[in-house]
Amino acid sequence: MDRQKFVPHPMTRRNLLRGAGAGSLGLMPVPAWARTMVDFHVPGGPSTRPITTAYPQKGPMVLQRSSPPWLETPFEVFDKGVFTPNDQHYVSWHWATFPSEIDVDAFRLTVRGHVNQTLSLSLNDILRGLPRVELAAVSQCAGASRLYVQPRVAGAQWANGSMSNALWTGVRLRDVLDRAGVKPGARVVRFGGLDEAVMPGAPKFLKSLDLDHARDGEVMIAFAMNGEQLPLLNGFPLKLVVPGWCAVYWIKMLNDIEVLDKPDDNYWTTTGYRMPDTPHGTVKPGQTGYKLVPVTRILPRSFVTNIKSGDTVKAGAPTATRGISFGGDCGVARVDLSIDGGQSWRPARLGDDEGKYGFRQWQTEVTVPSSGPQSIMVRCTNTNNETQPTFPVWNPAGYMFNTIETTHVIAA
Amino acid sequence: MMLRPLLPAPVLVSAILLSGASLGSPITTLKSPRVEIPASDLVFPSGPGSEQINGNCLTCHSADHVLNQPSLSKEAWEEVVAKMIRAYKAPVNADDAEKIVEYLATTKGRP
Ligand code: HEC
Repeated sequence: MDRQKFVPHPMTRRNLLRGAGAGSLGLMPVPAWARTMVDFHVPGGPSTRPITTAYPQKGPMVLQRSSPPWLETPFEVFDKGVFTPNDQHYVSWHWATFPSEIDVDAFRLTVRGHVNQTLSLSLNDILRGLPRVELAAVSQCAGASRLYVQPRVAGAQWANGSMSNALWTGVRLRDVLDRAGVKPGARVVRFGGLDEAVMPGAPKFLKSLDLDHARDGEVMIAFAMNGEQLPLLNGFPLKLVVPGWCAVYWIKMLNDIEVLDKPDDNYWTTTGYRMPDTPHGTVKPGQTGYKLVPVTRILPRSFVTNIKSGDTVKAGAPTATRGISFGGDCGVARVDLSIDGGQSWRPARLGDDEGKYGFRQWQTEVTVPSSGPQSIMVRCTNTNNETQPTFPVWNPAGYMFNTIETTHVIAA
Repeated sequence: MMLRPLLPAPVLVSAILLSGASLGSPITTLKSPRVEIPASDLVFPSGPGSEQINGNCLTCHSADHVLNQPSLSKEAWEEVVAKMIRAYKAPVNADDAEKIVEYLATTKGRP
């Protein structure tokens, strides 16, 4: 396997900057509106969003919602490398009540419930008192790409930018639980942050993991991403990192860990974030009679990052094509491309493996045979031999979309 | 492969540089952040029911959240408003709820 990093090529960079959406980079003369708006070209609702630089510790972001913030990573960022810069790591909150300032000396992480000893850990205890670990992992929202499901459904209208990869530094959740001493009979571990529900009686945002998962040695409490403290909007000072699982579990501003000896009965576990228990979570609109299960692990995906739909490529000549992929809850085994609508597939070369839960770059050359509209499809197969589906994934809440992506180009 | 214990400081730095992320020395302290989170003063465009939607639907999330939603059927909008009341305890009376659904079905409706 090739171990190499794919550096953006000047020619393809120019392609990338052409047209709507890439204008935030401001490197090419683009219309003024394109510098501040991105157009996702979807039918059935508003398809443009502003690019904002108004959020603290954040660079240019796609504004999906002002408050509580839903800020999406502009897609061109994914072409620059496998680690998403902290200032463009996407942002998602449920309740707008999280604090805008945090005193690191006063902050405490509580570990309580079905344990031998309740803990109140300072940040110093965590940074200096426990073994450190690091791990690269993709955080992806369960509702990623909901904007593209057809028929359209309500919810955060994320395009493809509610995913980001970082090198996380922190401590093992297991080590923290062991310090408290989990009592026999414990079943799940529930996590909460500094955000509170707005209305009395409304559910505080909480998620939980089975004890075995919580103690697997991989789930960690991160205090740094890409070597720096977390931006406040990404959950400063502590964030639960659950490698391979949907970002809904990655509790931000984590300050409360509760060990339970019974199942978690909180709304966000029992009612929210549930999808059909069917192959690929897919049902027909209007279909009934299926079981709902919680969203859990993320699924394999891949994207072309240096060519956008609408771009022009040369007919009959090789076009350098590259992108990113991830395996979900395991590594990337292979990435294949098709230029004949999925009838035949050819493998791409994979870039460096920076950790099985992270983004993996890929690169190849694509030669579309004749001029006119052409398509480039890209498909990831993970090391569990799970492949992205060809059919459109659909469920009423728009969760876990991972249909094979198609880039529509014009060959000339 | 995935979760590796951190190496002693000098080795760590080079290991991480190799792995492609940029960073200096390993973090030992955190700095207290104090930021300003932008607020939104966006309201729903006026029309029948705008008073009710502005009065009831801006407490928890900004107007762009709803305005960016796709066109949905009246039944789907009914479901959304009912969910806000039931799940998130939005204090909306039945009369207002009806006007809000009408507003949404008119401005963001689908047959
Ligand atoms: C008490 C707080 C609160 C109020 C008031 C409220 N909402 Fe929500 N709304 C939420 C939460 C929480 C969500 C879940 C998504 C998120 O923000 O994380 C949500 C989500 C939504 C969604 C996305 C669909 C979904 O099911 O997640 C729509 C559309 C919506 N709200 C519309 C409205 C409308 C219209 C009103 C006025 C009747 C309203 N909301 C009032 C809290 C509220």
